[in-house]
Amino acid sequence: MTETFRMAGAGRLTPAKAVRFSFDGTSYQGVAGDTLASALLANGVHLVGRSFKYHRPRGFLSAGAEEPNALVGVHRDAARRTPNVRATVQEIYDGLSAVSQNRWPSLAYDIGEANDLGSPFFSAGFYYKTFMWPKAAWDKVYEPFIRRAAGLGVAPDEPDPDHYSSLYAHCDVLVLGGGAAGIATATAAAASGARVILCDEQAEFGGALRFETGARIDGKPGWDWAQASVANLKGRENVRVLTRTTAFGYYAQNLVGLVERVSDHLATPGDQPRERLWQVRAGKVVIATGAIERHMVFADNDRPGVMLASAARTYLNHYGVAVGRNVGIFTANDSAYAAAFDLKKAGVQIAAIVDLRDDPRGAVIEEARGLGIEVLTGHTVTKTGGRLRVSSIAVAPNAGGAARVIPVDALLMSSGWTPSVHLFSQSRGKVAFDDATQRFLPGQYAQDCVSIGACNGTDTLDAVIEEAYAAGENAVSGTKVLRPAATTSENWTGGMLGAAPGAGPDDTVKAFVDFQNDVTAKDLRQAVREGMRSIEHVKRFTTNGMATDQGKTSNMHGLAIAAETLGKPIPEVGLTTFRAPYTPVTFGAIVGHSRGSLFDPTRRTAMHGFAEKNGAVFEDVGQWKRAWYFPQAGEDMHQAVARETKNVRRSAGIFDASTLGKIEIVGPDAAQFMELLYTNPWAKLEPGRCRYGIMLREDGFIYDDGVVGRLADDRFHVTTTTGGAARVMNHMEDYLQTEFTHLKVYLTSISEQWAVIAVQGPKSREIIAPLVEGIDVSDAALPHMSVREGKICGVPTRLFRMSFTGERGFEINVPADYGEAVMEAVWAEARKHDACLYGTEAMHVLRAEKGYIIVGQETDGTVTPNDAGLDWAIGKKKTDFVGIRGLRRPDLVSGGRKQLVGLKTVDPNVVLEEGAQIVATPGQPMPMKMIGHVTSSYWSPNCGRSIALALVVDGRDKIGERLFVPMPDRVIEVEVTGTVFFEESGERLNG
Amino acid sequence: MLLIRCPYCEEERPELEFRHAGEAHIARSSEMTELSDDEFEKFFFVRQNPKGLIFERWRHIHGCGRFFNAARDTVTDKFHLTYKAGEPKPEITLMAPAEPAAWANREPSELNVDMPSKEGGR
Repeated sequence: MTETFRMAGAGRLTPAKAVRFSFDGTSYQGVAGDTLASALLANGVHLVGRSFKYHRPRGFLSAGAEEPNALVGVHRDAARRTPNVRATVQEIYDGLSAVSQNRWPSLAYDIGEANDLGSPFFSAGFYYKTFMWPKAAWDKVYEPFIRRAAGLGVAPDEPDPDHYSSLYAHCDVLVLGGGAAGIATATAAAASGARVILCDEQAEFGGALRFETGARIDGKPGWDWAQASVANLKGRENVRVLTRTTAFGYYAQNLVGLVERVSDHLATPGDQPRERLWQVRAGKVVIATGAIERHMVFADNDRPGVMLASAARTYLNHYGVAVGRNVGIFTANDSAYAAAFDLKKAGVQIAAIVDLRDDPRGAVIEEARGLGIEVLTGHTVTKTGGRLRVSSIAVAPNAGGAARVIPVDALLMSSGWTPSVHLFSQSRGKVAFDDATQRFLPGQYAQDCVSIGACNGTDTLDAVIEEAYAAGENAVSGTKVLRPAATTSENWTGGMLGAAPGAGPDDTVKAFVDFQNDVTAKDLRQAVREGMRSIEHVKRFTTNGMATDQGKTSNMHGLAIAAETLGKPIPEVGLTTFRAPYTPVTFGAIVGHSRGSLFDPTRRTAMHGFAEKNGAVFEDVGQWKRAWYFPQAGEDMHQAVARETKNVRRSAGIFDASTLGKIEIVGPDAAQFMELLYTNPWAKLEPGRCRYGIMLREDGFIYDDGVVGRLADDRFHVTTTTGGAARVMNHMEDYLQTEFTHLKVYLTSISEQWAVIAVQGPKSREIIAPLVEGIDVSDAALPHMSVREGKICGVPTRLFRMSFTGERGFEINVPADYGEAVMEAVWAEARKHDACLYGTEAMHVLRAEKGYIIVGQETDGTVTPNDAGLDWAIGKKKTDFVGIRGLRRPDLVSGGRKQLVGLKTVDPNVVLEEGAQIVATPGQPMPMKMIGHVTSSYWSPNCGRSIALALVVDGRDKIGERLFVPMPDRVIEVEVTGTVFFEESGERLNG
Repeated sequence: MLLIRCPYCEEERPELEFRHAGEAHIARSSEMTELSDDEFEKFFFVRQNPKGLIFERWRHIHGCGRFFNAARDTVTDKFHLTYKAGEPKPEITLMAPAEPAAWANREPSELNVDMPSKEGGR
């Protein structure tokens, strides 16, 4: 196809640089520098999408980031299918493949268009009212149906193969927006040598100068001045200029999020990132985000070919593309006249200028008539004709009267300009409504920023340049910089808000306010009639402004219509909140490199390689990889765990306990500190002995537990739960730094420094004895719950005699670097004694057989030591420890608390489910009275039956009684028992 | 992301390095067992959660590891002041909320817009 709408001699692109691309399978030619929108328009293509709800044909409304209609999919390959790309922003490259969205079977013949005919049923609130009942239909019928019918593009179903970079930057002045104001302020600020960052969302700087042909700055056309000024800025070492970079979020203390589209416009991105996230901390921020033109609200204002006047000017003056051959204008201000003039001068016929104002005055009216353009003042466009493209407009006097149909192939509209206060508002600044000009402007500032130019309501170019230079100077030294002279022949003021006359009230017309969400003027009026009073409610009921364009063109119209219907002035109805992001930001840009293996650190113990080599299956425990079980050939998990648990009690087993938290507490007051942080008495614990400690929170509930060894009078080696290591350290530091500041104690985390090899079982001593130097490991010299320092395999060790299995056991602590080597040596000895390797699953079963609790499994933050049967661990003579007062709270000492007990199923082969609820009698009417729940449940190979631990109300009084565990398919009868299932005497601990 | 000044490191560091640690100036009694139920309730459970100025604890957990206190405005997140643990609670009168908003560190007259009048116009 040839570019029949590319105008020779118009625009700034170089026609020789042809680019091939395709849309919906058809191949087209464009020019380097085109957006997908300008290239399609050059080929006469206006129809590019179907609307969200009614599936109405849609074209291009704008030429920029505010585009609500022209959303397409851009497909690079199977994994790179980006949905909802604004065709007005996407630059073309050779081979670009774009597809339309939300249509079936084709863009021109879309079955979903039936929604448009049925639209009386699809008014505001339709979904809320219609799909309420039956509730069950939501999941299976309504939601899938609605999602399919009303939708945007389809997300890719393969992992994103692109990479995204992320960096932090700091500067003295950050300038958001690179139009006339932004360039001028950056120039003024940079003159002082300050570090300046200037960013703009477009591929080139210039903003509205892209189309504003009447502007002259420093004796040059505005665009030329912009390019020269930016070239100058780029040459300065203290300035960074970023194109294709959107400031999407304004956060606390002048932190601004920018996303730079690095390679989406390139035919071959190479190894560049797709996007780059900048987090910029700025001394001062200058907001120069300009203004966005509003459309006119009237019947069928959404036909392809109906677009903003400034968009048509951009396509002509920058891209050299005429949006039609016979173009109508519908306006309520002067600025749209310039579009007519530019087009007329380029040889395009102007069918008529329909001016809503009864008696507009000024040079533009005369100029229009001078150019031979028909100007219909006091008139309105009542509707448009055409199906896939506008073909005519009906024009009638505002006061009413016969309509005249005027053929057009494009209609340009403008109802005025909305200052882009989005980022100012995100900075928590408060906007103020300016009655005179009927617009919201920056009012009260909350951060060290300033708004300049059109987003600040500054309308004339000379005032913009002056304001911009002043802001740039004030942001840095305050030294005056010479300003360029600036003039423009164009007038940006005026306009109207809300629905144009002839847009209703009428139950059949669709006068669109929000194109992307298909919200009409009628919907907004209806929302008010149905009782919505707050603009926030109107917005949510109609979804006006809630699409991905966030209402850039629609919010003010929506507000004005709601205000008019409510009979209130606009500021009393209020403005909805502006929230980040300004335009959609990819998850990729936010996530950056934090994906896959870099998403979260993986912690591996010093013996990880050993476990891997020996066939371990690992489980994730927090960030740790822990050996779960060691299956031998043909074994499943159940069989492996059964073998491991029996093996430990028969001879011995070796276990990697390195993930336990370990804290060294050192200092003359170490024992006193321990007394305050743990419930147990510590003062009289002799060096070389260990004790099982319980740590409470101040409220009396169990916070952590672990075995503590006293290495010397002033030195304790504390162990914590794996998951509790960091928070216990924090808890201890908190008390030491802020409450017990008189104590002379140092706390050191040693979790990573010591690797721990547990050797458990009757043969454990025989296994370690040949390896240990300088420690007598006999039962008499090293009894249960003692600790010695010495050497093993020639390296230093803290050797604990302790057990989490109920068997004679040792935990060999060695410096982590030696962990694997010592493990190998221990394993070599162990194999001589019929020992096995066991994992965390067998560890859990073994400890449950002995009724040892796991904090976080038997406890849930509401369990006291008494509840858990651990009253013996509280120092009865102690006068203070963290939690001592909490333990005496009325609720904690009264009866009726859940207590830890054992449960044996009457059928020994039934294994209860952890978390299952317990009731006293079966067959109660629902809801049954729940008196407890199962905390741990396993098949116990050593007991030859199932075992479970549970928290049951007054459980210790119920020992011997029968209780019931109702499950979906049956009720399981259980007997309440003590918590020890295997060898109640505990003699095996002592060997 | 906020910038928080650690009074021990004596520099502003990003919020990522810190962890919030609850309301400040709630001293644990040296005679805990003597507390009545009401006193314990006040000590452990009752918190101010004010809209506006709050005194709270932070820990520079990924820095020096020290706990310290801060006076922060919960409306704007502005940190008025940070100070070392154990230092007295600063005089509240020193920090009467400034106008316009707490973060503005320039006078309204220095900004290039008129302040909105009470009626909301310019």
